[in-house]
Amino acid sequence: MTSGGIRPGGIKRAVTALAVAAFALFGSVVQANPEPGQLNMPRGVTTYSNVPYFLNNVAFGVCVVIGILVFGAMFIAMFRFRKSRGAVAEKWSHNTTVEIIWTTIPVIILVVLAYLATNGLKMFADTTGSEMTVKITGYQWKWRYDYVDYKGKPIDKVGFMSKLDRESDETRQLKSGLDPNAVKVDGYNTYLINVDEPLVLPINTKVRFVITAGDVIHSWWVPALGWKMDAIPGIVNAAWTNINEPGVYRGQCAELCGQDHGFMPIVVKAVTKDEFNKWLAEKQAQASQPAPAAAPAAASTVAAPATAQATSAVATPATDNHKG
Amino acid sequence: MNNLSFWILPFAFALLLSTLFMPGGGPAGGWTMYPPLSLQGDSVAYVVFAVHLMGISSIMGAINIIATILNMRAPGMDLLKMPVFVWSWLITAFLLIAVMPVLAGAVTMLLTDKYFGTSFFNAAGGGDPVLFQHIFWFFGHPEVYIMILPAFGLVSEIIPTFARKPIFGYKAMVFAIASIAFLSFIVWAHHMFAVGLPLGGEIFFMYATMLIAVPTGVKVFNWVSTMWGGSMTFETPMLWAIAFVILFTIGGFSGLMLALAPADFQYHDSYFVVAHFHYVLVTGAIFAIIAGSYYWLPKWTGRMYSETWGKIHFWSSVISVNVLFFPQHFLGLAGMPRRIPDYNVAFANFNMISSIGGFWFGASQLIFLGVIIHTVWFSKKKATDRVWEGAKGLEWTVPSPAPFHTFDVPPIINDDELAHGHTDD
Repeated sequence: MTSGGIRPGGIKRAVTALAVAAFALFGSVVQANPEPGQLNMPRGVTTYSNVPYFLNNVAFGVCVVIGILVFGAMFIAMFRFRKSRGAVAEKWSHNTTVEIIWTTIPVIILVVLAYLATNGLKMFADTTGSEMTVKITGYQWKWRYDYVDYKGKPIDKVGFMSKLDRESDETRQLKSGLDPNAVKVDGYNTYLINVDEPLVLPINTKVRFVITAGDVIHSWWVPALGWKMDAIPGIVNAAWTNINEPGVYRGQCAELCGQDHGFMPIVVKAVTKDEFNKWLAEKQAQASQPAPAAAPAAASTVAAPATAQATSAVATPATDNHKG
Repeated sequence: MNNLSFWILPFAFALLLSTLFMPGGGPAGGWTMYPPLSLQGDSVAYVVFAVHLMGISSIMGAINIIATILNMRAPGMDLLKMPVFVWSWLITAFLLIAVMPVLAGAVTMLLTDKYFGTSFFNAAGGGDPVLFQHIFWFFGHPEVYIMILPAFGLVSEIIPTFARKPIFGYKAMVFAIASIAFLSFIVWAHHMFAVGLPLGGEIFFMYATMLIAVPTGVKVFNWVSTMWGGSMTFETPMLWAIAFVILFTIGGFSGLMLALAPADFQYHDSYFVVAHFHYVLVTGAIFAIIAGSYYWLPKWTGRMYSETWGKIHFWSSVISVNVLFFPQHFLGLAGMPRRIPDYNVAFANFNMISSIGGFWFGASQLIFLGVIIHTVWFSKKKATDRVWEGAKGLEWTVPSPAPFHTFDVPPIINDDELAHGHTDD
């Protein structure tokens, strides 16, 4: 009963260590969106996203090794130096050599980690050479995406609000009686991580984001892209991504922004360049048509962006004034 | 002043809690009070006043501790002969005095932004919302060390007692606490890696933060070395102290991972952070406080607590706390943000495990309450002066409970009676 006060913690740690290490080694399946029972960070799908993934795995490995050594020494001490086994306390209380060793070795490990991390930071900070710019604006509790330029040409009037999809929104209401497990797209559960209109981006294109907010601070986070960036009113932050594979990548707001903070997801739909060009042309055509003249069939799709533009016309000037 | 410092607390806390029942609810921005969100609430004035009161209370308590330690030591009790616990409190008190006025300034600016038309944090008026975060975390990071340094001190008393061996590297322990306290002032922006700091800022705060691993590592190695070659018994305080060392170290590991800024772009504001700070503050600070309570309970009350129930309390807590917090690492890595009321079903299984651990851990603390009530009013077993065979230090030379006006004449300090042995070895 009195033996080794920490065995559960130690074993748990060891098992987890093995499980996660095994996952890191063999989990080569692309995991872009959260899966039940997921143990490790997703590798992501961009040219940058393996930086945090690799750092995470290296740092975790370092911690596991140090943990085994330190906790191992503790357990040996607890079994060898027990009074009930007749251990007699020794009198020494320091040893300069070992103290120098266990100060120096961690410093060396830290220098290696710092080197890796610094390279990653520099890579992320470099937003030059982008082929496309998207402005992201956070609002309570939805996102707005405005396409600013593409391949050196400014894009006019392509922008829309992106908010929680209706199915999730109805299911989340208290006493709705609806089952979150039933909210699915293509067999994948999208409860609270789906939107009415996703951000569409071309693959193999360096996209620069300028990120700001209209009311309070939000944070734009899609784990598959490998980073998050705060959206702050009055400040324009820059970030970039270059997605390798087509797919739908989901994320959520990551900075407390009020009562519906948990209900403003982010969905990025990455498509091939051809598909993107087609999509963009359609959007531009829609935008250039005056809303009342639209064909009845297309009325609803046209009205939505038009309203969004109108809303932003009220909200954005306040932001734009303070970009400086 | 000590008395006033204590009695302000319950009233300030009641004032803060009362905002929960006001129209508009509690503080909108949570405990970090980030504007502009925090300014949307209607309870700003109450929150700011409560924070001011608590700050005054903290500063008065800190002044008292510093004055007592620097002026009222027994003759012969040199600074470098003091118990590590006293050192940890001296350094903590200086941290409190340094950062509490900073917080007071930050919340006062919130107050004037809300009610007097200033624009410190309002971009529309030329202010900067990020400025608040800089000021807040300049307070906030030393603040978390204010919570953990006394825990280091507690564990540094308990492990030598039950290992029956002087603490390893006394001076290194004191120096490590002082360096951690110093570093705490230059790492604040690691809470803000995702606000869009310039590259140079990210790099500086990342390096400074990683540096903390060195003195913290020294402390952990020294606790293990204290146990090495000892003659250990595992009474309840020792069990808690050992669990502290292991679980706090796990929290330190996730801290090192969080320090790496590119990785933090993923971890930041996710459940990984939640797991990290609960490992360092619950299995760290709170475990050490419980360890200290069992350690000194016989001295405080004059009676022994029930060792059996103490151990049941320990095992129940140490298992449940890991069930509670360990799965949160996985949730964060899988992409679950903090501070959300509902989540995708992919996160549901680990949340369920975590909730089970949470209720179990909470219920386990009822055992602690029972142990204390039993010790204070019902225990038949009287505590001796020394209480623990290996206990050293002045408090163990007086009767249990300690008499009113503990020492009528200054005690003689005998170097062999110091918990950490001779310091000049």
